[in-house]
Amino acid sequence: MRNAFCNVLIEMARQDERVWLLTGDLGFSVLEPFAKEFPSRFVNAGVAEQNMTGVATGLSLSGKIVFTYSIANFPTIRCLEQIRNDVCYHKANVKIVAVGGGLCYGTAGFSHHATEDLAIMRALPGMVVAAPSDALEAAQITRLAITTPGPFYMVLGKNNEPTVHANPPMLNLGEPLCLNKNLGEIALVSTGTLVSEVLRAAEMLKSSGIEARVLSMPFIKPIDCEKFLQFLDGCRLVLVVEEHTAFGGLGSAIAEILAEASLDIKFVRIHLPEFINFIGSQKELRKMLGLDAHSIANRAMTLLTKN
Amino acid sequence: MTIKLSEIEYPSNSLDLAQQIRIHAIKMVAQSNSSHIGSSLSMADILAVLYMDVLRVDPKQPDWPERDRFILSKGHAAAGLYAVLALRGFFPMALLKRFCQEGSLLLGHVSHHVPGVELSTGSLGHGLPVGCGMVLADKREEKSHRVFVVLSDGECDEGSNWEAALFAAHHKLDNLVAIVDANELQGFGRVDEVLKLAPLAEKWRAFRWAVREVDGHDHQALKTLLNQAPFEPDHPSLVLAHTIKGKGVSFMEDQLAWHYKSPNPEQLSQALKQLGEKR
Repeated sequence: MRNAFCNVLIEMARQDERVWLLTGDLGFSVLEPFAKEFPSRFVNAGVAEQNMTGVATGLSLSGKIVFTYSIANFPTIRCLEQIRNDVCYHKANVKIVAVGGGLCYGTAGFSHHATEDLAIMRALPGMVVAAPSDALEAAQITRLAITTPGPFYMVLGKNNEPTVHANPPMLNLGEPLCLNKNLGEIALVSTGTLVSEVLRAAEMLKSSGIEARVLSMPFIKPIDCEKFLQFLDGCRLVLVVEEHTAFGGLGSAIAEILAEASLDIKFVRIHLPEFINFIGSQKELRKMLGLDAHSIANRAMTLLTKN
Repeated sequence: MTIKLSEIEYPSNSLDLAQQIRIHAIKMVAQSNSSHIGSSLSMADILAVLYMDVLRVDPKQPDWPERDRFILSKGHAAAGLYAVLALRGFFPMALLKRFCQEGSLLLGHVSHHVPGVELSTGSLGHGLPVGCGMVLADKREEKSHRVFVVLSDGECDEGSNWEAALFAAHHKLDNLVAIVDANELQGFGRVDEVLKLAPLAEKWRAFRWAVREVDGHDHQALKTLLNQAPFEPDHPSLVLAHTIKGKGVSFMEDQLAWHYKSPNPEQLSQALKQLGEKR
């Protein structure tokens, strides 16, 4: 996913001289091709994210399209006020890229778990928030980040995530994707790399004779509500699965849409607890915390039986 | 001496401009019952020299691409900046009466929605990093705009400034000129008592900036110095301007209370008298 991002960035930078890349001293073995091809548009700003974000704003106010890159919470929460006051208020063309969404850096511990980022970025004025599910979505969203004016946040996985799409999906800003064409009465909704687990859960349900729709939400903000609600047509249960705490992320966004639409539809979430005091690989943590395909399928079945 | 443009008399030299900045800033703060007049007065001479004798800007084309950039990082001193911009013709003087009024564009902290303002500020420690980005963009395109950033000394508590200080020196951003309006007072007391910055000039030197110290109220010295920048090739420039908070109004000078207080009618009239406002 990181490489897909970097490759598209290089491709776009060849066509558009305004594209710059700043990193907070991370991206070893990923960003070198960009740095090599565009040395005058690449800056390692050092371990100094507040300044990196301010510099990105200054560059963008001088006409550049500037990506800031770091891992987990470093390009977001560490420099939150710079993002709010400098980037957002000035509608600056700054594109924030965080590598390692959710529990990607599972064994690295609490400091490296990006589990509130969607909520925090979503709250910022004018900010687009995107979480691609696989490398193909990441490539498309990188292109969209460049062509969409203003602040943009994209959170990526790390590497070698399972592929969700067989072919590059057609992505428009804010549009959800329906990954299967069935009309089951339950919809599984997720974002980011967790979508692959949800897809596997849907396959498991299918083998038990239960049809489930799978919606991938590459965008947490904005969300094309009309399209989203169309995908729910005839559905009686929405299960949102998120590798994020319960506050302000995808689940909250969906809850807001459903509440405002006054639909007679049951809404349930699987989400992370506020604190995770143990470590593990992303795969194992997902199992322990009920976010792996098995747990999701079991939860869905229980819900369908109860309701 | 003044030049007459339409009905408004615009100052034609930096001393007159500084006096007018002070008069208008005090009126604006008094009228709106707002704060930070001491901060506007301490930098009035710096702004006057910059806008009269140093900055290449065109009030008729605030977005002129070849302009020098000015960032007021100590955004709470908005009254002073708005006054100088109006006095240089960036927007009508009448707008100053709307400072800090209900529904006004002239916010209590500097806003980029006002013509001539490059960057909205208000939270300290934001201006210098953004200034670095502007200079970096120019440098890579071999343009020669200068970017001037005015900070307060208390603002130097913010770590983001020191991140930017490292960055500017590393990238040899010699078109960046930071001016520290060192009035030695901050929110809750004297800079020396709250969080010691001394030796401040040496700190910036240690960060590999070319540092010059100046009396921040001496127009000739400011004019000479600011027009010399960059002081050393390949180094960003730092002007440590020693100033007096509240300068120009005897009862406001070096008084912390005037970071907060707004003059009552009697104090306003006394201040304007001291500043020699022509009735």
